[in-house]
Amino acid sequence: MEIISRDPQIVELERWIERIWDTAVRLGLEPYPTHFEIVPATIMYEFGSYGLPGRFAHWTHGRAYHQMKTMYDYGLNKIYELVINSNPCYAFLMEANTPLENKLVVAHVLAHSDFFRHNAYFQHTNRQMIETASINAERIRHYEYDHGTLEVERFLDAVLSIEDHVELVTIPGLGELPEERDERPRPRTTPYDDLFELDRRGGSGEPGGRGEEGGGRGRGGGGARREGEWHGAHLGRRRRFPREPQRDLLKFILEHAEDLEDWQRDIIAIVRQERLYFVPQLRTKTLNEGWSSLWHSRILRELDLPEGEYTEFARLHASVAAPSRHQLNPYYVGMRMLEHIERRWENPSPQDRERLGLRGGEGRAKLFEIRELENDLSFMRTYLTKEVVEDLDLYIYAYEGGEWRIVEKNWEKVRDQIVRSLTSYGIPYITVEDGDYRRARELLLKHHFDGDELDLRYAERTLRYVYQLWGRPVHLETVVDDKPVLLSYDGSRNTKTAL
Amino acid sequence: MDFSVLVSKNDWSLHRKGPIDQARHNAKIKEAIKENIGEIIAEEAIITSDGKKIVKIPIRSLDLPHFRFDPKKSKHAGSGDGNSKVGDVLGQDGQAGGPGRGKRAGDQPGIDYYDAEVEIDDLAAIVFEDLGLPNLKQKQHEELEVESIHFNEIRKKGIMSNLDKRRTILENIKRNAMQGQHPRFGNVSNEDLRFKTWEVTYKRETSAVVIAMRDVSGSMGEFEKYITRSFYFWMVRFLRTKYKNVQIVFITHHTEAKEVDEQAFFELGESGGTRVSSAYKLALDIIDQRYSPERWNIYPFHFSDGDNWGDADNRLCVELVHKLLERCNVFGYGEIQEYSYGSTTTLMSAFSSIKDPHFIPVVIRGKADVYPALRKFFSIKDPVPA
Repeated sequence: MEIISRDPQIVELERWIERIWDTAVRLGLEPYPTHFEIVPATIMYEFGSYGLPGRFAHWTHGRAYHQMKTMYDYGLNKIYELVINSNPCYAFLMEANTPLENKLVVAHVLAHSDFFRHNAYFQHTNRQMIETASINAERIRHYEYDHGTLEVERFLDAVLSIEDHVELVTIPGLGELPEERDERPRPRTTPYDDLFELDRRGGSGEPGGRGEEGGGRGRGGGGARREGEWHGAHLGRRRRFPREPQRDLLKFILEHAEDLEDWQRDIIAIVRQERLYFVPQLRTKTLNEGWSSLWHSRILRELDLPEGEYTEFARLHASVAAPSRHQLNPYYVGMRMLEHIERRWENPSPQDRERLGLRGGEGRAKLFEIRELENDLSFMRTYLTKEVVEDLDLYIYAYEGGEWRIVEKNWEKVRDQIVRSLTSYGIPYITVEDGDYRRARELLLKHHFDGDELDLRYAERTLRYVYQLWGRPVHLETVVDDKPVLLSYDGSRNTKTAL
Repeated sequence: MDFSVLVSKNDWSLHRKGPIDQARHNAKIKEAIKENIGEIIAEEAIITSDGKKIVKIPIRSLDLPHFRFDPKKSKHAGSGDGNSKVGDVLGQDGQAGGPGRGKRAGDQPGIDYYDAEVEIDDLAAIVFEDLGLPNLKQKQHEELEVESIHFNEIRKKGIMSNLDKRRTILENIKRNAMQGQHPRFGNVSNEDLRFKTWEVTYKRETSAVVIAMRDVSGSMGEFEKYITRSFYFWMVRFLRTKYKNVQIVFITHHTEAKEVDEQAFFELGESGGTRVSSAYKLALDIIDQRYSPERWNIYPFHFSDGDNWGDADNRLCVELVHKLLERCNVFGYGEIQEYSYGSTTTLMSAFSSIKDPHFIPVVIRGKADVYPALRKFFSIKDPVPA
């Protein structure tokens, strides 16, 4: 909808955006063309809680919306902007923002947009995600119409409970990893499948040669393979299924759960697709926010702000990039780390000159290299130095005897703990080990224990959802009180057995 | 500039996505309350609400579970003001001291329940959905006539403010169709008009009295008192909301019984021995003096820990219960046994000889038993089919 009589405040904002854009480009940023939309608080919090405008309906979105909105109503929290990784980039500005808040936020948004465009981990993200999400939401609405709202909600609950367990391509430059070969016989679709299959197998064999055992592959030698054979024919030498443990639980269920209907598989695919879109953002949170905070402050310093806005700018910037005792504020930690790095590469210490061969004067170039190549994990592992840990007064704390206490301040241990928690990004590392466990099509998952135990109550309840999707009993290997245990759900009750 | 900046501002006033999903979440909270009503109604926050309309109650299982680390067994990172040292305390249990307060609600540590704000009236509606005074009978005289108005008729004449637009449009379309025109809306004439009209009905209410008896002797510990209070809280609430014309008599007793007002009844305290028969005698006296069974439905309820003076008094109690049953619709006895010490010595075992189906005994062992007790006492089905 085109505004006919233009609001003078909007015209004024556009003028500032042009200046901010020019400044950003002069400083070296290359954002996508960015469209700004001013929205009221209710809409802002809706987009914030859904992650994307127009995303599918679910009560967890409603809960997040309610919580965010309540925090805002009580003055506890405020979103100034929301920026979507898309091309052109979409950014939403809160209606209630002051002129100065809008300037800072626009500068911040352009830096995000530059980051989305250049960071290696975003190279495979869908840049038309708003449209895709709307189409997905429309499909889910149709399923609600066809199968009932409650039925769809029940299914979405189960899928969303394991939405974290997707696998992202983590090596930049490498496309989608080669598909895991489906090792099961495929259901017959035509009476001549056997013949087609023979033809396929008679070709040049397996590309890449992933350690195949013999040409006959031990399963369909006679050509008269039947669907039921999978269960019986492996008694002697069972082929592992999946061949390698799989981290992408959603994908595994999507492809191999037997009793799912088409609409259900589609919902899994939708949830997985949207999750994969968000994963790069979750894995570059500190770097991305640090990058944007660094540039919003530099861009605003270059602008000729109206009288009186300088103090407001200083106050706002300080509140956005304030240290937090209970978590690492990504705005603060990211920005301060980048500043450290810039100084170090600009004026290297004698040791750095000798050890790393730094020549000096490369501060700016180093920053742009980092925004292109790193994610939070590699960023922290490489650049969280003694100086940074001590300068930012970072520490590790834990729950001891009814209280949360600081337990570690040694910089190496602090760094190691932060790096370790980033390895999983707070998501337990769980793989599919066996899709034919006990030779009864039961599902065996394994939690790769790394010192942090699972929340058992949650794990048990999540297993029920996995059962709902897999349709057969499910098991999870994990460690409780230093002992290996197997959590199981068989459709009627949860059990915990020592291994 | 390599593109033209456009800032837009649209009208979002009809956009309702967030609120719709929020409503679904609220509906789920209600479902969760309904599922856990047994645990919820004995929540301290409710019993001690003192007339507050809204209470906060913890509802489990509203978070969508996922595989996550145990927050209390994990380590987290934070940043200080430059002077932090090992051993500094950041927060107490349950405080916001936890980590990862990210955008997703489920990331909050240690909190796997949801504090829902609920109106007590909404809770009451769920609790009392299908409950009522059992065995209620029509009694003489003390009937109240209540006038109520129902819009339950449609006429062709009436006042314009009561026009039934839907029916009028339907009639108009029908008439158009019958006249061979297209079945469409238009040319409304007087004969199309339909009006809602009302009827006055008279509803007869029967009067009832509830005699609430409560053991306040020394043997009634905190738990027993709490349970009694919790039960009577809901009972009083239930009677007051469901019946316009019900009276409640409050009796407390230790070795002696006395009639008290509502406030005194709910205040905790007193001590001493127990002689249950004193309460039953007082109840009989009150019935005989003030509430003739001819005119009143009478419901005595008694809560005790079952620890009575001795066998002699237990036997007397049995006799008195029989006398009460002659006059009353039902008699409810609740015995609170926090620890089930061989219950042979309690009043309950003495009452086991009473076979009258209008005598309803209930044993309560924990908070969760309050709701079943309410359901048992106020199950609207007559224990004795007529």
